[in-house]
Amino acid sequence: MSKRGIVLYLHAHQPFRVRKYSVFDTAYNHDYFDEPESDTERNNKTVFDKVAEKSYRPMTALLERLLAKHPDFRVSLSITGVFLEQAELWAPDVIECFRRLVNTGRVEIVAETFYHSLAFFYSISEFEQQVEAHRKKIREVFGVETKVLRNTELSYNDELAKWADEKGFKGILAEGWDPILQWRSPNFIYKPTGTKNISLLLKNYRLSDDVAFRFGDRAWAQWPLSADSYNNWVNDAITDKQVINLFMDFETFGEHQWKDTGIFEFYEAFVSKWLDNPVNTFYTVSEAVDAFEPVGEISMPNTVTWADTERDLTAWTGNSMQREALRCIYAMQDDVMKSGDLDLISDWRKMQTSDHVYYMCTKYFNDGDVHAYFSPYKSPYDAFLYYMNAMRDLRWRLYAEHNMGGLRG
Amino acid sequence: MNILMLGWELPPHNSGGLGVACYYLSKALALKGATIDFVIPYKAEHPGIDWMNIHSATELTPLQRYGLGAYDSKKVLDTPLSKADAKDLKDMRGVQKRYTKYVEKLVKVLEPDVIHAHDWLTMEAGMRAKEIANIPLVVHVHATEFDRCGSDSGNPLVHEIEYQGLMMADRIIAVSNITKNIIIQKYGIPADKIEVVHNAIDADSLNDGYVYDGRTYRYLEGLKAEGYTIVSTITRFTVQKGLTFLVKAAAKACGKYDKLAFLFAGDGEQRDELIDLAANLGISDKVFFTGFVRGKQWRDAYSVSDIFVMSSVSEPFGLTALEAAHHGNALIITNQSGVSEVLSSIMRYDFWDEDKLANQIVSIASSESLKHSLQEDVKREYTRISWNDAADKCQKIYGTAKGIES
Repeated sequence: MSKRGIVLYLHAHQPFRVRKYSVFDTAYNHDYFDEPESDTERNNKTVFDKVAEKSYRPMTALLERLLAKHPDFRVSLSITGVFLEQAELWAPDVIECFRRLVNTGRVEIVAETFYHSLAFFYSISEFEQQVEAHRKKIREVFGVETKVLRNTELSYNDELAKWADEKGFKGILAEGWDPILQWRSPNFIYKPTGTKNISLLLKNYRLSDDVAFRFGDRAWAQWPLSADSYNNWVNDAITDKQVINLFMDFETFGEHQWKDTGIFEFYEAFVSKWLDNPVNTFYTVSEAVDAFEPVGEISMPNTVTWADTERDLTAWTGNSMQREALRCIYAMQDDVMKSGDLDLISDWRKMQTSDHVYYMCTKYFNDGDVHAYFSPYKSPYDAFLYYMNAMRDLRWRLYAEHNMGGLRG
Repeated sequence: MNILMLGWELPPHNSGGLGVACYYLSKALALKGATIDFVIPYKAEHPGIDWMNIHSATELTPLQRYGLGAYDSKKVLDTPLSKADAKDLKDMRGVQKRYTKYVEKLVKVLEPDVIHAHDWLTMEAGMRAKEIANIPLVVHVHATEFDRCGSDSGNPLVHEIEYQGLMMADRIIAVSNITKNIIIQKYGIPADKIEVVHNAIDADSLNDGYVYDGRTYRYLEGLKAEGYTIVSTITRFTVQKGLTFLVKAAAKACGKYDKLAFLFAGDGEQRDELIDLAANLGISDKVFFTGFVRGKQWRDAYSVSDIFVMSSVSEPFGLTALEAAHHGNALIITNQSGVSEVLSSIMRYDFWDEDKLANQIVSIASSESLKHSLQEDVKREYTRISWNDAADKCQKIYGTAKGIES
């Protein structure tokens, strides 16, 4: 019988944020992602440099130490294509750090869309091309194949599972959300309804979010969280179960939770304590799928994500500005693809990154604090206007340089 | 005729249309031989103004004066002039007190034939000067507090000053019948005390060598080349401009006629609401929000557009409509905008009538001949509205104020 184990999965991503891009830039300047001011969160290099220093370098170093020290330690990473493009531009050493991790053979890369997009919900053909582009990029950079899929923002439904099953993925990741699970536990492997060979791993959001969201929160009743306490919680939760799926942003370590919260020391200590118990281990996502048979079927006809109290897509598609932006960008697909203009296709795809519409989110209550923190714009309305002006410039390029499409309003 | 004119700003140090109107009116009066002493509440050079004496009531810079927020009726003002501190020049009331004291002295030295005070900002000084020197007071209303706040609320102190000023004035000049009616209905002033003198436009000031090169709004020019009609508004995005009705009408118009695009040039507290509304109505990609425009971007906004809409819920005059006419736009103007009283070759609607506005937009956009005749006719028409006529009317009013029929 397989040991019980933690599946630690970290998601690394940086979008190409749109600069302050006005009506007067449209039809002239195609540099949507090059904010001239350096001292702003809209400047992609500034952000990447900062997060590399605070999170990517120290956390990859910690993971490397943990891998060296503990033969049973495993981690799975999803690294978006737009992250890799930015790292290539501004911090190639960060890619080298990740490559050293992958080269241990105990770090798995998870498949996803290259552009961290919501394409699955707007265009299957575009979605497939982006997953393929990511697979190819991962092969080039790390020399490995992806076998398990996660979709942007952990968005998931039965249709996605069927697609992934048909494409030969052995596993897929989703949120372990109570209203779906009801009496069932997220700490087992499941089979998605309507699939043949694929397994479903469900995020244990309580134990994940204890680290990702609450660790440094002084108002939290459990603050300060010790490695001992957390280890006890995880051991309790896994009793008579198979896995604990701890899914979170890579940037949790050092960026969302700053170094001075003690997050790095905490995690290092926790991994040791967890492995001190000989019945415990770690799995990569593929290993977990191989180690356990599904205990049952789970169906999610409606899309579930890992975001907000609603666990849906409303942070990205909840208001009409977001829907307008997405409608306009996806309406261009046929013309953009037919143009064969690689720069244009690349820019159009960068505009699909879900962060753009996230910045237009107007749900200011409860979850709004998180959104405000992550937005580099003065308001969701500014984010929307800059985006629409850039979107129109894409139309302009199609029209003026390729004599395609129409400018349309 | 010696006129003591009390104003709050003059170009180039103006934040709004009040300064522009004062500039051209005083110039036209001077050309008719009037001697004008013009008081402003700040100290600055006014290059090119050589037709009158400018008196600075304080040492404030124009920038400090802007900081007082002369047009913001939301700013809390509740100090009666008697209690205001004339040394506190960071406070609107302090500046107004200093201004009044300055005018009290000046009026004794100059002994003018008439005092001409513009808007509530200078009314208290006008009243004091009249009281001290026993000289007729003409109060010129460019906008009332009802217009500025777009409703019956508004600052009680400003309402009180306007009421007193209108009561004390020997004659009142309103910039339109709309404003005249507000003065009658809201302040209970007898109609025969009020004369309407419409503002004008100095066409020469716009003929400054400007040539439209089609570059600034390249995307919109691209749309025009594809047969689109550009509908614009150039204004502050505040409630009294009636822009939500315009956005709703835009959506209705787009439902009937596809090739329309809307240029919203300007900024203001209502911007986000308008963005949201356009998105809700599914026309976001047809509405262009530029932000605040000035200089070439401002001129070009008029030049790129085919139809200009003045959608105001309450507009004392509305100079921008004349500017739009100069740049060859067809005009659609609410019945609630004063400028509609002086133009015939325009389309009119009530500010709330989205359907009518939508129909007007579609009918102009879909008929080249209608569009061209509206554009050409109003372009001929607006040039006939001159500051010279406005100055003539003012002179007659001065005469009646002095009790002399001219």
